[in-house]
Amino acid sequence: MMTIIELIKQPWPWYVAGPIIGLMVPTLLIFGNKTFGISSSLRHVCAACLPAKIPFFQYDWKKEIWNLFFVFGIFLGGIITAMYFKNDAAVVVDSNLITELSGYGIVDFSGLVPADIFSWASLATPRGFILMVIGGFLVGFGTRYAGGCTSGHAIMGLSNLQLPSLIATISFMAGGFIMANLILPFILSL
Amino acid sequence: MTTNKKDTNTDFEVRSLDAICKNQETVETPMWHNIKYLLFGIAFGIVLIKSEVISWFRIQEMFRLQSFHMFGVIGSAVAVGALSVFLIKKFKIKSIQGEEIILPEKTFNKGQIYGGLLFGFGWAMTGACPGPMFAQLGYGAIATSVTILMAIVGTWVYGLLREKLPS
Repeated sequence: MMTIIELIKQPWPWYVAGPIIGLMVPTLLIFGNKTFGISSSLRHVCAACLPAKIPFFQYDWKKEIWNLFFVFGIFLGGIITAMYFKNDAAVVVDSNLITELSGYGIVDFSGLVPADIFSWASLATPRGFILMVIGGFLVGFGTRYAGGCTSGHAIMGLSNLQLPSLIATISFMAGGFIMANLILPFILSL
Repeated sequence: MTTNKKDTNTDFEVRSLDAICKNQETVETPMWHNIKYLLFGIAFGIVLIKSEVISWFRIQEMFRLQSFHMFGVIGSAVAVGALSVFLIKKFKIKSIQGEEIILPEKTFNKGQIYGGLLFGFGWAMTGACPGPMFAQLGYGAIATSVTILMAIVGTWVYGLLREKLPS
């Protein structure tokens, strides 16, 4: 039994995690006739909390409440992993990345996000503010404008062979490449 | 399942413009049925963390083409998802409520490019998409609550401006 838990604690290889994530698609379809997608939950929060007579938020969000249960589950999954399956070793990434990031003072590789940037203290610094506040805004604005995120477009949409989802996925990747390689170095230098 | 009330989707026009979010439910189910989505979410959250796909560092690696890991996860997820959808369609598998499974066709609009690029920027900045944010927070990255709050603000501002945006 201990060995199973020890095994779970290790980082999971892509060929284990990918298929499990892919199985979310038929699971949600068969158990509830739901298409896999997460960013809509942000819209439901807007519709529930501050619809403000905006047409985009005038719908019966309670009918979509499964999505909020799902998202809350993801949050609980994070807590459960931290309590029982935590691996204290730092993430093993490419040595070039470690060299590049240490140049910007990012030396703590132990968390999911770099503690050197994503903290309350760094919220008041230019790079912390830009990455957390503007970055978060772009995730919300961009996914809704695109009509979905990595789950709705890249996984669900591509699984259903939807051309618009392929276009969206290519755009996600293009945006990420531009940001990580061309813009992020400037932000991290601030 | 006591009622089998068909839903008349009154604001279908507005909602159909949005590719992902539609009222799909045609069978009314009691609230406690949603517990199953909570359980699926928990499983998904654990996989996201243990596979490190929600690590900011892994995202940076992906966008610098320094590792195959992320591409392997997304690629194999799509392969399994596509095979599942193919089988569901081929054998006309019904949901456990006995409903026919119909997958909505998505229509192209320019938002998928503009919005997609903007989301890509945000993804590389925060190291998170909408699902992973919640897992990051649960795992203890408390400052991610700022990212989540701002993502909700971003969604709200999109709703406010959507008529004025090119689509």
